[in-house]
Amino acid sequence: MKILRFTKVWLRNYRVWRKNIMATLVGNLGQPFLFLIAMGYGMGRDIESINGLSYLQFIAPGLVASSVMYSAAFETTYGSYTRLSLQKTYEAILMTPLTITDLVLGEIAWGASKGLFSALIMVAALPLFGVWPSPWAIGLIPLLLVSGIFFAALGLIMTALATNYEFFNYFISLIITPLFLFSGIFFPLDSLAPPVQSAFLLLPLPPVVDLSRMLTYGRFEGPLLLKILIPLLSSLITVWLAKVLIERRLIK
Amino acid sequence: MNPSTDHSPMATDNQPAPPSSSPEEVVVVEDLAKYFGERCAVDSISFRIRPGECVGFLGPNGAGKSTTIKILLGLIRRSEGTIRLLGDEVPRHYQRVIEKIGVVAQDDNLDPDLSVAENLLTYADYFSIPKARARQKTEELLHFFALENRRQEIIENLSGGQRRRLLLARALINEPKLLILDEPTVGLDPQARHLIWERLTILLDQGTTMLLTSHYMDEVARLSNRVLILDRGRIVAQGAPEQLITDLVGLEVFEVDGTDQELDRLTEMFSQCNASLERLRDKLYIYTREDCSRLEHLLGDRRSWLRRPANLEDLFIQLTGRSLRES
Repeated sequence: MKILRFTKVWLRNYRVWRKNIMATLVGNLGQPFLFLIAMGYGMGRDIESINGLSYLQFIAPGLVASSVMYSAAFETTYGSYTRLSLQKTYEAILMTPLTITDLVLGEIAWGASKGLFSALIMVAALPLFGVWPSPWAIGLIPLLLVSGIFFAALGLIMTALATNYEFFNYFISLIITPLFLFSGIFFPLDSLAPPVQSAFLLLPLPPVVDLSRMLTYGRFEGPLLLKILIPLLSSLITVWLAKVLIERRLIK
Repeated sequence: MNPSTDHSPMATDNQPAPPSSSPEEVVVVEDLAKYFGERCAVDSISFRIRPGECVGFLGPNGAGKSTTIKILLGLIRRSEGTIRLLGDEVPRHYQRVIEKIGVVAQDDNLDPDLSVAENLLTYADYFSIPKARARQKTEELLHFFALENRRQEIIENLSGGQRRRLLLARALINEPKLLILDEPTVGLDPQARHLIWERLTILLDQGTTMLLTSHYMDEVARLSNRVLILDRGRIVAQGAPEQLITDLVGLEVFEVDGTDQELDRLTEMFSQCNASLERLRDKLYIYTREDCSRLEHLLGDRRSWLRRPANLEDLFIQLTGRSLRES
């Protein structure tokens, strides 16, 4: 089963993760939960409802989506870069029947799994905050997996380009943090001018935040197909690009 | 094929090329070249390795040893030439070939996130070795490399020698037909080196084919049946170590310290004997091609001198010079 060989890389990462499970959970879930409490409870009490949702209800699905982004992107930047450069794990793996494609798919699948895992824990904890997901929320699994694949692949692209850890500051400050703040997690994007809204639809996180909210509460509107297709397509492209760039990095 | 750089007996076979290897040859490299931009790191080298041989790559820094090995392993793309490993052309059939090769890279690339035993088991999984077989093989290798009582240890707590032994154990997990060792004992203390040599000798006796690079002449002399000396990307000599030493250096070496006048006089005296001389600032090397012990009395009153058998290091210096190679 050559096509499933990438799972061996996934398994290697899983074995390591199991040893440090608490640390990674705190690391990945801490921030979104703190935002949920601070913004949702603290600030949200004085904010009117948005589209019939309390402020906490409004931001919760987007924070779930953002936890996928953070977990996946951090894993394939700081984690993967350590394996690539410091630990030379990739070089050791390439001395086995595993190919660069296996390696890249394994790393991305792992980053995406970690992202999905944090998201699911968060969804499971939402009732504690009085947020009860609809049955449609099951649809979050494929959606957030695709989003996890995108951000894991994007992180791996950064890893392929990085010459040191400082390089990831660009990625975090210029891509990840702006996406977190301006993807419609904290305020509705439909108040923006229509051309700006269309532009935001092309960014990797806004459609996912939007779809997450719809699935969480079972209320659908807008250009659904487009919002599904864009993350799907952009994931495929970034995975391909990650493979090309990692290959260029490893084989001289 | 370039006859000037390939002295192996198989090189004269006139079979259709490529592929021109008999199936039993483990490594067949022909006219391999690698350019990094303008710089030529490997300059059209050809060599072959037969089953059971241990071939040592010797050469100063930047000679092209590691580049050649990385090309064989698919980590660097060749510019020209053909490579066959275990009967298959690479890089085309690399995935098939690598299953039968074990590699100890120059850099320690053990997985520091995993324990000693997990390193072996995870590597076995990369090779799709069934779990029961992997566990059995892991135990065998831990025992063979005296690591049984470190099974659960994290890599960080291992000594340099233990790490190297674990790297070797990991390279053997797939029972390779060819073992490629890039500086297997670099940076180790004598005890640790001897333990590794002992284990490698056992593997050689069992018929494992090896390709070895090293800066340690004693290591290469001890393990290799044949050495390839590389310099500036070319093979400058190859053959059995003793034969090469006798042919190119001589039988014995006199090393004599002294003043200019003393050494001048000795240089003259030793011309009575079949020997080549090398003069450094305050040192004279005399490489004898016959028994020159009759001249030994000339040295009797020198402050310091020694007479010793010629060795691989003499050969190495003779072929590649004394100047430092720092890129």
